[in-house]
Amino acid sequence: MHEVGIANAILEAVSMEARRNGHGLPCRVGVRIGELAAVDPDALRFAFEALTRDTALARLTLVIEACPLRHRCCHCGEAFAVSDFLLECPRCGSTSTECIGGDELELSYWEVEDEARETGTESTQ
Amino acid sequence: MKRVKLERKVLNENDEIAARLRERFREHRVLCLNLISAPGSGKTALLERTLAGFDPEDRVAVLTGDIQTDNDAARLRRYGFPVKQITTGGTCHLDARMIERALADWPPGGFDVLFIENVGNLVCPASYDLGENAKIVLLSVTEGDDKPLKYPSVFFKSSLMVVTKLDLLPHVPFDLPKAEKNARRINPEIEIRKLSVVSGEGMLEWRSWIEKQRERVVQQTLASVI
Repeated sequence: MHEVGIANAILEAVSMEARRNGHGLPCRVGVRIGELAAVDPDALRFAFEALTRDTALARLTLVIEACPLRHRCCHCGEAFAVSDFLLECPRCGSTSTECIGGDELELSYWEVEDEARETGTESTQ
Repeated sequence: MKRVKLERKVLNENDEIAARLRERFREHRVLCLNLISAPGSGKTALLERTLAGFDPEDRVAVLTGDIQTDNDAARLRRYGFPVKQITTGGTCHLDARMIERALADWPPGGFDVLFIENVGNLVCPASYDLGENAKIVLLSVTEGDDKPLKYPSVFFKSSLMVVTKLDLLPHVPFDLPKAEKNARRINPEIEIRKLSVVSGEGMLEWRSWIEKQRERVVQQTLASVI
C-alpha cells in the first residue's frame, strides 16, 4: 500500500530533473522494479495515474521494467534467473550462490518530446 | 524524442537520510535494530520482555511506529527507558525522515541500543532503509509457515527471523522446520531464533544475538579508528 509514496517519489524526481535540465515536459519515465522490491506494478500504475491526472504531467507515461530475481554461482560463476526461489546453480548444482539482482527500485531514464512538439508546431515524427 | 539516463534509486531521498542516520549511529556506536512483522506477531510483547531484561543503567531506547494511538509507547515506557511513539497518521511504514525527526531532541550518543518497532505490516517497511544495522522479521506460530514465500521481500532483506509465540506451537498446525526452510529459501544467510515471551523459552538466545551485534558495532568503530 505504499505505492502512492513510490509514485510520488518518481514524480518528484522527474520534476526536479526536468527543472534542472530545462528540456521541457517529460513524456515518459522508465523505472526498474525487482521481484523482491515489495512494489506492486499495477498498484503503482494506478497511483501514478491518479497523481498525474489534470496536472502538467498528465501526459507522462510510466514504463515499468520488471526485474527477475537473479543469482550468481560462487563456485562456477554462472549467472541465472531464479524461479520459485530455487537457488541451486543450474550448471554445477552448487547451493552457494549470491544475489545479483531482483530488489531494484530504480529510475532508469526519462524522455522529453522534441522541441517542435513542445512549441506546438507540427511534428515530423 | 530525447532520452535522458537517470540511474538513481526511486527512494533516493529516503536513502540519503538513512545514510546520514547510519553514519550518526556508527559515530556514536549505537546498535539500531528495525523490527518488522505483520500486525499482532508480537513486536511490542517481545520489546517489553527484552526491555525488562536490561539493567536500569543500560542505555537503551525505543521508537515505536503505529498508524494511530500511543498505546505501544505507553506499554513500553513502564520499563524506565526512553520511548517515543511515531504516529504515522495513515502511512503504512516508517521512513528515514520520521526517524530523523523523532531523534532530533534526543542526544545522538544518548543510548547504545535503539530498537525501532515498525508499523505492523509485512510488505511496505521492507522498502525503507532507516539506517539500521539490521532488519529483524518476526513470524508468529499462529501465522502460516509459508509466509516467507508469500512475503519474500522482508525475509530477503532481514538479517534475523524471530519465530514468536513458541508456547502455542502444540496447539497450531504451524510446521516450524518448514517455516525455517522457507525463510532460508528466500535468504540462505538469514539467522533464526525461536522464542516465547510467555514461557521465556529462547529469550537468552535472542538476548545473546543482540549482544553479538553490539560487540560487532563496537569492534567496527574500533577498526575504523585504527
